[in-house]
Amino acid sequence: MRRRWTTAPAAALAAALAASGCGGGTGGGGDAAQVEVFSWWTGGGEEAGLNALIEMYEERHPDTEFVNAAVAGGSGTNAQAVLEGRLQSQDPPDSFQGHAGAELQDYIEAGYLEPLDGFYDEHGLREALPDQLLEQISYDGSVYSVPVNIHRSNVLWFNPSVLEEAGIEEPPQTLDDLIAGLEAVEEETDAVPMAVGAQWTVDHLLESVLLGSLGTEGYNALWEPGADWGTPEVAAALADFEAVLEHTQEESASEDWQEASRRVAEGEAAFTVMGDWAAGYFDELGMTAGEDYDWAASPGTEGTYLWLSDSFTLPVGAPNPEAADAWLELAASREGQDAFNPLKGSIPAREDADPEQYADSPYLSAALEEWQSGPELAGSFWHGVAADNRWKNAIDTAVGLYLQDGDTDALQDALNEASQAAQTE
Amino acid sequence: MSARATGRAGAPARRRPSAGRARVRAWLPGLLLVSPSILLIAVFVYGMIGWNARLALSDKHSPIDDASFVGLENMAGLWQEARWPGAVANAAVFTAVFVGGALVLGWLLGLLLEKGIAGEAVFRTLFLAPMAVSFIATGVVWRWLMNPAPAERATGLNALFVHLGLDFLVNEWWTAPNLGMAAMALPAVWQLSGYIMALYLAGFRGVPEELREAARVDGCSEWGVYRHVVLPQLRPVTLTAVIILGHMSLKVFDLVIAIAGQQIVADVPAVYMWTTVFEVRDPAKGAAIAAYMLLAVAALVLPYLVWTVRRERSEGR
Repeated sequence: MRRRWTTAPAAALAAALAASGCGGGTGGGGDAAQVEVFSWWTGGGEEAGLNALIEMYEERHPDTEFVNAAVAGGSGTNAQAVLEGRLQSQDPPDSFQGHAGAELQDYIEAGYLEPLDGFYDEHGLREALPDQLLEQISYDGSVYSVPVNIHRSNVLWFNPSVLEEAGIEEPPQTLDDLIAGLEAVEEETDAVPMAVGAQWTVDHLLESVLLGSLGTEGYNALWEPGADWGTPEVAAALADFEAVLEHTQEESASEDWQEASRRVAEGEAAFTVMGDWAAGYFDELGMTAGEDYDWAASPGTEGTYLWLSDSFTLPVGAPNPEAADAWLELAASREGQDAFNPLKGSIPAREDADPEQYADSPYLSAALEEWQSGPELAGSFWHGVAADNRWKNAIDTAVGLYLQDGDTDALQDALNEASQAAQTE
Repeated sequence: MSARATGRAGAPARRRPSAGRARVRAWLPGLLLVSPSILLIAVFVYGMIGWNARLALSDKHSPIDDASFVGLENMAGLWQEARWPGAVANAAVFTAVFVGGALVLGWLLGLLLEKGIAGEAVFRTLFLAPMAVSFIATGVVWRWLMNPAPAERATGLNALFVHLGLDFLVNEWWTAPNLGMAAMALPAVWQLSGYIMALYLAGFRGVPEELREAARVDGCSEWGVYRHVVLPQLRPVTLTAVIILGHMSLKVFDLVIAIAGQQIVADVPAVYMWTTVFEVRDPAKGAAIAAYMLLAVAALVLPYLVWTVRRERSEGR
């Protein structure tokens, strides 16, 4: 009697375990019935863009179930922690999002990613993408990801009426102009001259200042083997950096890029340097381009795109490589990129996009025109193109310590040390 | 505890002829009862601690490196860095203000309630309520309250100071270099002092009224009663409170992330560890930081454990 009572729950428990065990397996079927795509696009325009792509995918491949494995969290820090666990336990998704460039280097070195050279040849991507972009996303001569969009990091956003009040007629063309402009705003108006936010936005500002001071070639050389950060040129760039930071608001550490951008649009601040995703935020705030806010390339960087890009990969051991291939084909295609980017608020990486699709946004249509005219390219370090995670974090720490002690020499030493360490890895 | 209790319950079995089997009967069921938790703790607590120690003593500086033993290199290397000593100093300031503040405030609140205030239950609930809030939610609210904007753009508490004409109180809160972490500890004090109050209140109530009366009869002032009779009896409560607050404080992560995010100005070991493991992807260095955090908590908890065991023995329990 007693035994019978204990066996029944035990059997039930065993059945439950077996059932959950079965459920845990991915794609038990054998045919490529599904494709799992991992990203950190869970809100706003990013999610809308991804959904547009998913819809196109389901139309083209009605038999394949699309599994959207998106993990929330800005710039993917949470998603990357989840992804790391899945890759290490050899349970990769069919494709995952990553910033194109050095940020993928860890995955490539760990052997998690398949090279996509054959895919590029097959789909004519080497012709469709700018040569310099291909060069900057290659690792040991191979490409490992498909860039679906381009964002620009070096944008100087400004408030036209505050500039007028300060007597500044033209957006500053050089860093010297900018520093003179910041001083004019300080003296003539109540506005904050340069709005920044938390520490990472200062890293973001640093890359624009380095590019503006060193020029495109000088900036790109910083990330090549044998680079020297101890030069007087870098010291001069850091002196400019210091001069710009003197005109930021005291409470910046408690704000983020949204507050800094909002300050500019609402006339509380004159300038901010932020990536072109700020344009989408200004639209959300109901601001008008040319009136409430306007933009220019950050000082000294006219004609150069300090770029970053979201891209998709093919992991080694993807459960459904054929379905993943179809996903990458869509992400690489002109139609796919033209469906995704107007919603996401970025421009396509391909040079042959249809400008009609971007006509609604003054920023995007201007940016696309510039992209298609073939600008110089420099990879953003903060957004994972020029430096891998370890290097980027070392720079972030150096900048954070500098914000505490204000010692530019120590900053240069730390940056130099970080570069040496990255080269001997 | 449970093993001991079962042992006692099984004691009458000794009268039976086979003494050996009886003894097994006495301890085996108890052991079986606790063995799942012993096993789980062995693997998931001590096993993991051991694994972490092995990582911390290795040169596995990326997930794909093979680990080989390098001794204390990582542990020592941290002190050569510019970042680590600052994180330790921040944690020390945070701990001093948080533990000290919550103890004093909790003790005061407990004392006031103990003196018999009308509607004690209401106040008790009010003071305890912040305990139900997560550090993340507390952080979001206090991030706004402690906005460091200067007087002309003030919001949050700074705006309150400006309205009250107390402009000299307007300050940079947690963004101040060096002592900013003292401000960071305020939300934690706010959240935990109610709990400490409950501990002290129980402690006060545990002091027999006869003892106080005896002291009063002997001509002791009310302050003297507390100073010489009640407080000495509260030492175990204080010790418990210090342990609870101290280990929370040394591991603080969520509150800092909610208020400051990952910024050097509010860097603490737990945030540094998270960055090292999940962004830099350096398992050995991350494990070294984790080992230091464990050592710091152990330095706090072990003396307490030793003291508890000794006291239980001396009381013959």
